[in-house]
Amino acid sequence: MLRTRVMPCLLLEGQGLVKTVRFAKPRYIGDAINSARIFNQMEVDELILLDIGATGSPDLQHELLTHIVSECFMPICYGGGVRTVADFRRVFRAGVEKVSVSRAAFEAPEEVARAVSMFGSQSVVATLDVRRGRFRREYAVHIDRGRRRIPGTLAEVVDRVAALGVGEIIVNNIDREGTWSGFDLDLVSAVSARVDVPVVAMGGAGTLNDIAMVVREAGASAVAIGSMAVMQAKEMGVLINFPTIRELEGVLP
Amino acid sequence: MSPSVQATSGATQRPVAVVDIGTGNVGSVINMVRRAGGEAVVATTPDEVERGGGVVLPGVGHWDSAVAMLRQTGVGEAIVTTAQRGTPVLGICLGMQLLLESSEEGRLDGLGLVPGRNVRFDLSQVPTGRHRLKVPHMGWNLVQPSRHDPLLAELDEQSRFYFVHSFHADGIDPGDALLRAWHGYEFVCGIRQGNVTGVQFHPEKSHRFGLQLMTNWLAA
Repeated sequence: MLRTRVMPCLLLEGQGLVKTVRFAKPRYIGDAINSARIFNQMEVDELILLDIGATGSPDLQHELLTHIVSECFMPICYGGGVRTVADFRRVFRAGVEKVSVSRAAFEAPEEVARAVSMFGSQSVVATLDVRRGRFRREYAVHIDRGRRRIPGTLAEVVDRVAALGVGEIIVNNIDREGTWSGFDLDLVSAVSARVDVPVVAMGGAGTLNDIAMVVREAGASAVAIGSMAVMQAKEMGVLINFPTIRELEGVLP
Repeated sequence: MSPSVQATSGATQRPVAVVDIGTGNVGSVINMVRRAGGEAVVATTPDEVERGGGVVLPGVGHWDSAVAMLRQTGVGEAIVTTAQRGTPVLGICLGMQLLLESSEEGRLDGLGLVPGRNVRFDLSQVPTGRHRLKVPHMGWNLVQPSRHDPLLAELDEQSRFYFVHSFHADGIDPGDALLRAWHGYEFVCGIRQGNVTGVQFHPEKSHRFGLQLMTNWLAA
């Protein structure tokens, strides 16, 4: 039986890790290599590493990425600035298994589709940053750290992204990010019911129960946790932290 | 936490050749071989493959493009020759699939070192509940040994491995089956025929469990 993956999501800005709240207020968490090493010792299922400072040249962080990978005997999903097939190749060369795209899925969809056919769908992930509209309260996918809205309904955008052939979709609710207030079950359900590929829930994890709920009630195949993995508690100090296998097995199906 | 078996002989006498056919995750495999006490070098030519004390064929990506690369470079033939000489060969993920004869993913022939083919996960007969099984089979799964084998030393029913694949081995002779896993149904996720071994999961990404397997392989 496949175990539900629970994975820390680390945000890279420059050489360091930060944690944001609703995509704002970045707070320094610590050194990226050292943190990755600690998560490796904790034997976490997978590491998601998103370079939120990247604007289109992932090779800038190539050395850092290679170093992080050499510390990790677990899968790594990297996102940030990847746009062309050459970018994908550079990141895979560093030893990363999966590359996540967000902006490129909309601005360079043919490159993403080519990457899927070259490296396989299992190696390409789409991250959808979603928030409800201010007036009509409908879900809308955003890019560029939440600044630009992608036209179309959630269902339309999800279908477009799935049609590129990506092997996994990470669904993040921007308004829950860093808030410890629980996942958006409606959002995750809507996406996971619509696609055949695994859906990773992101944004809002605060308790073990939140993790259990999004898997049991919303059909998430995997769960990403941010603040819970790097902070003691809401509004508290930095502490690399992760639920134990025993704790997770106690709540997961 | 660390594996109790130390690699002392076999594949470690000469560096292990880790085959790079362009899409595989060579760096992680080399890191894992080293962590397991072996030495590894990247191999991109037939010569480099044949010089290896062992050969690891990692791989992600599409069947046909991988087979085409193996042919164009002559590396495929070198792997077959090296295997026939008795050198330990380890295929990982697509690398394991390539050891077989064919795949539903493509039209070209595999290396054919072990009889069998690769088929796409067919979950159409699997009852769907709220937790619909997905393809690719992606994540950590437990494995069941199909037989006693020194390659599985120190591993137990709690050992978990990282999988990511949409196709799996089929029609494997029971004598060649090493490990099985379950995703909607049971399938062979490890094969071994003498010096030729293949695993569908990624030992290089499977923490101490993968490290143990790699250590066992180096010692075998």
